[in-house]
Amino acid sequence: MDYFLSYLKVFAVGGAVCVVGQVLINKTSMSSARILVTFLLLGVLLEITGAFKYMEEFAGAGVTVPIMGFGSNLAKGALEGAKEEGILGAIKGGLSAVSAGLSSVILFGFFFALIFKSKSKKV
Amino acid sequence: MIEREIYQEHVKKTAPKSPMMRSLIAAFVVGGIICSIGEGVKDIVKLIAPDMAKQDVGSWVSMSMIFLGAFLTAIGVYDKIGHFAGAGSIVPITGFANSVVSPAMEYNREGVFFGVCAKMFVIAGPIIVFGVVSSVLVGIIGLFL
Repeated sequence: MDYFLSYLKVFAVGGAVCVVGQVLINKTSMSSARILVTFLLLGVLLEITGAFKYMEEFAGAGVTVPIMGFGSNLAKGALEGAKEEGILGAIKGGLSAVSAGLSSVILFGFFFALIFKSKSKKV
Repeated sequence: MIEREIYQEHVKKTAPKSPMMRSLIAAFVVGGIICSIGEGVKDIVKLIAPDMAKQDVGSWVSMSMIFLGAFLTAIGVYDKIGHFAGAGSIVPITGFANSVVSPAMEYNREGVFFGVCAKMFVIAGPIIVFGVVSSVLVGIIGLFL
């Protein structure tokens, strides 16, 4: 039952975040790149105000799997780096916090593009 | 000739539900499912390695979700999900993976150098630039806190 409840929270919050994105698309016809950047910066903002920590405690992957989680990690890494290593840490902290995701997305993008043939015909 | 009232009744029954409502429900359900899969991956990682640091668990979840999004894009499934789900497939990190893999595959015919490698950042480029710039600014603010 505990498991069920926590997954319900993840589902509801994650779904609600995506609904906000869909409202933005419907109302403003933003492109997907702008949607992703908006949520990324929202994640950065939530992290520096300290709100993201509580949202993550409540909904787990419901807030970390949306791209907000990526932004939050960037900001968290930069703040931790600044605290531990000063100016050098402030500069490298953000990217090193998300380096696993960034490296893997480039890696998969490169190899999948070489292995698989594109099926979509839209240009 | 159909009576006016009967006609209106007919329209009410056969007209599609408001596209707005439908897209919101689709985004909610698909986005929720993708996040739940992420939570599932997190629980599995914790089960395999109970002592792993929280940040490393997060990295494994990100990598797994990115792999999932990239692979579903590669086999052509993710674009079908996206057509149905809209923001439900864009906002999760799987959508970020999709935004890299999809143009990389699309422009494969223009060669590996300027096709795959350059075009894979058509959408991801702004995300990475905004992300890095904002994180450094946050870091510099952090120096004074």
